Amino acid sequence: MGKQKPDMIKGTLDMLILKILSLEAMHGWGISERIQQISRNELQVNQGSLYASLHKLTREGWIKSHWRVTENNRRARYYALTRAGEKQLGIEAEHWGRLATAVGQVMATS
Amino acid sequence: MRWIANVVFRLRAILAPGRMEQELDDEMAFHLEMEARKLVERGMTEEEARLHAQRNFGRMLRNKEKAREAWGIGLVQDLRADARFTLRGLRRSPVFAVVAILTLGLGIGGTTAIFSVLNGVVLKPLPFPNPRQLVAVHHTMPAIGADETPLSPAMYLTFREHSRTLDDIGVWRRRPVTVTGLAEPQQVDAAEVTEGLFPVLGVSPILGRGYHEEDVAPGSTYPVILSQGYWVRRFGSDPDVLGRTIRIDGNELTIIGVMPGGLRLGRMKPELFLPLVFNRANTGVGNFSFPGIARLRPDVTPEEANRDLDRMTVLATEEYPGIPLADLEARRFSTFVRPLKQDVVGGARTVLWIVFGTVGLVLLVACTNVANLFLVRAETRQRDVALRSAMGASQGRLARQFITESTVIGMLGGCAGLLLAFGGNRLLLHMAPPNLPRLEEIGLDPAVLSFALGVSLLAGLLFGTIPVLRHRRGGLAESLKEGGRGTGSSRRWFRLRSFFAMSQVALVLVLLIGSGLMIRTFQALRSVPPGFQRPEEVLTLRLSVPSSEARTADDAARTHQQILEQIRQIPGVTSVGAAGSVAMDGWESWEDVEVEGFPPRPGEAAVHRRLNWITPGYFATLENPLLAGRAIEWEDAYGRRPVAVVTENFAREFWGDPVEAVGRRFRTAANSPWREIVGVVQNVHTTGVAETPPSVIYWPLIMEGMWGISTFTIRDLRYAIRTSRPDPTTLLPETRRAVWRVNPNLPLSQILTLDDILANSMARTSFTLVMLAIAAGVALILGVVGVYGVLSYLVAQRTREMGVRLALGARPADVRRMVVRRGGVLGVVGVVVGLGAAVGLTHLMSALLFGVSPVDPLTYGAVAAALMGVVLLASYIPARRAAGVDPTEALRWE
Repeated sequence: MGKQKPDMIKGTLDMLILKILSLEAMHGWGISERIQQISRNELQVNQGSLYASLHKLTREGWIKSHWRVTENNRRARYYALTRAGEKQLGIEAEHWGRLATAVGQVMATS
Repeated sequence: MRWIANVVFRLRAILAPGRMEQELDDEMAFHLEMEARKLVERGMTEEEARLHAQRNFGRMLRNKEKAREAWGIGLVQDLRADARFTLRGLRRSPVFAVVAILTLGLGIGGTTAIFSVLNGVVLKPLPFPNPRQLVAVHHTMPAIGADETPLSPAMYLTFREHSRTLDDIGVWRRRPVTVTGLAEPQQVDAAEVTEGLFPVLGVSPILGRGYHEEDVAPGSTYPVILSQGYWVRRFGSDPDVLGRTIRIDGNELTIIGVMPGGLRLGRMKPELFLPLVFNRANTGVGNFSFPGIARLRPDVTPEEANRDLDRMTVLATEEYPGIPLADLEARRFSTFVRPLKQDVVGGARTVLWIVFGTVGLVLLVACTNVANLFLVRAETRQRDVALRSAMGASQGRLARQFITESTVIGMLGGCAGLLLAFGGNRLLLHMAPPNLPRLEEIGLDPAVLSFALGVSLLAGLLFGTIPVLRHRRGGLAESLKEGGRGTGSSRRWFRLRSFFAMSQVALVLVLLIGSGLMIRTFQALRSVPPGFQRPEEVLTLRLSVPSSEARTADDAARTHQQILEQIRQIPGVTSVGAAGSVAMDGWESWEDVEVEGFPPRPGEAAVHRRLNWITPGYFATLENPLLAGRAIEWEDAYGRRPVAVVTENFAREFWGDPVEAVGRRFRTAANSPWREIVGVVQNVHTTGVAETPPSVIYWPLIMEGMWGISTFTIRDLRYAIRTSRPDPTTLLPETRRAVWRVNPNLPLSQILTLDDILANSMARTSFTLVMLAIAAGVALILGVVGVYGVLSYLVAQRTREMGVRLALGARPADVRRMVVRRGGVLGVVGVVVGLGAAVGLTHLMSALLFGVSPVDPLTYGAVAAALMGVVLLASYIPARRAAGVDPTEALRWE
């Protein structure tokens, strides 16, 4: 299975998806690739969690989906951020920032 | 707005799951394809990439499952999957499905049909506001054998003025009247009611008004109120009917209101209402003939009301003349109330609960059969279940699936049952005894539907737990090893099935004994000489001569005489006579008498005798032979002769012999004239053949000094016409013409053969008999199927063993005997348990029995023997199959 990758912190996948989709609409495979790329392979997205997350976000109304033809002429489901999703991304990013700072401070104490 | 998106999403998942699945599939396929393409780009061969993707296939299924979970409709999905699985399973074993559903349907249908009757007649509250406060008020005088009598007017007036526990009280009385001038003259069942009665019940007219004080004041014109039924039938629901007049017993009465349909007083459903007025000046304690209905004050218990009303006895005797307090005390007089519903429902309650209990037992037998089916099914599916369990299906998930399956069966059985109940309901209404009250309230209403639903659900859940218990984790490895061949734990389950079969035998035995006792009761009733012969040859009808048609008593009697003579001339009529009451037709009049030479001992209360007024020809027509003296003649009536004919039991009570009684004298009250016995006839079961026949005194139509009335006469008679024609009802048109030749204003009513009257008096018995017989028959079939099923299964399970036995030299007869013995043991244990249960249960129906003990040895013995025979027969068939096993076949079987 290769070297150990850090576990994705629970709930962060949703935030990452929202972030990626805030750049542009994307299909599921593209989202996982993009996360992997940007994190320089540090973050591996589990396919099952990815689609579970996508469908959950759709149910919550934060993203919406539509079928479109890719540049390779294949039909794929593209996800895009909704207005509510943008707001949610803001909230989660802010939460995450505070959490990361807090964790960093704790870890920085000698 | 986000919640809308959420709901839309979930609804789509529930309503269009195919579409969602397809999209998920496409999405996943796209993902895999992209993954494969990436691998190829990195230098993997196409072949390697494909293999890699295939390895990941299992993972993909899990991934899809995970995504589906995110749809948030897990429970719905599981249920849908279970239901689909169930239906597929049932389609694969249609025999199991059909047998289980039909068996359950039979049980549920029967129970629901009876429940609909029980609910309509017994359980449903009366259709009045706050029906719990409504009570019927009765007097009781146990010392003279009068357990309950209607109220005396003096007591009613006292209660109304002084009671602290009653909101108000009203009394009423049945009064058949003749209505003329509308179409042909008609006899109508009317009720006289006090002005407080409708407010007590809480019913208000649908048109016009009820009675007011001034309607019952002296000098009022006595307005009439119609029932809805009469208004619809006779006036075509004319809204302008108020203020019109209607001719009742020769008086023009004004219509002031219409009461809603379904209004009953006691068991009676009056067509017309007339005001009932008591003249305070000539009211006394006595004349116990007015049924009372009262509304208790809120929070007053019946006991408090009883105490309060009992206090009134003294007050009433102080205020009114009539029976003095000492006499009332000698009769141990008191007053009591009881829920009005109890009066309305009456004896039907016992019958219906017994019948309901009976079909409940049938349902139990049916459920036992279905439970057995489920057990067999659980056994055959053992490996399948073990496999699925090994592959990771959780216990809870498996249990849920079994319960879904059994619930589906239960509900389908319930649907079949409802169809059956719908038909059964119709049939029951057809068969129900004519005196069954509240028939119009019987139907498949929400209460009945919830009952059927509840029973189906309960049955479904129960059956579901059987396989769940069967497949507890412990047995898993074992079942895989066993390879579907029953050993070890299966033994235990076979024992359970045997227990089911034994219980069935026991239940069937109880039902058979119940119907056996009813058959014996019916036989006993039919063998009682009722006091008349060949009732199927006698047509009876009521005919009333009101004073508007014949003013004097003599005119009325002469009219009856002329009509009788006209009827006698109809071809085929052999004899005709008339009486106030014919046999057990329910028209009653009672009085106590004082016999000359037998002075009443002080403190000892008199015995009530039944009174009847007859014309010549009455005894001859009923073929009730004269034992001594002569019958009543017309001259007795016209000549006001103080004479009477009495029944044999009255004669024997005082003089020991009918002949001795002729010429003796008695009187009805201290101040009334002595009357001479001129004849003695056989006893007549006027209160029903199951009762001891009361002493009856027969009077001429006209009497002097009866009840203090100078010329007393009875104008309302039931005619009895004996004919040689095969069908006595064919006499009707000619009889009608004969009556109208004498007077065209006289209505004929209540046309029944004497046989109908006799059958009606036994209707309760025959209804119970038929219901019990049907229930027992169905249970017998189901029970036999149950025993047969268990033994067949035993034989199938042990085919190998039988083969080995036969191969080792056992004779087929030995094998046969072995299986039959098995059935015999089931039967004997079941019969013994059933006999015990029957002894305990049949005494519940002792109120319905006549001439037979609830533990009648003949019935018990015969039924037990017959059932045992049937059980052995049912075991013989599988036994023969076992004996016919081909050893080589059986051993090769695995």
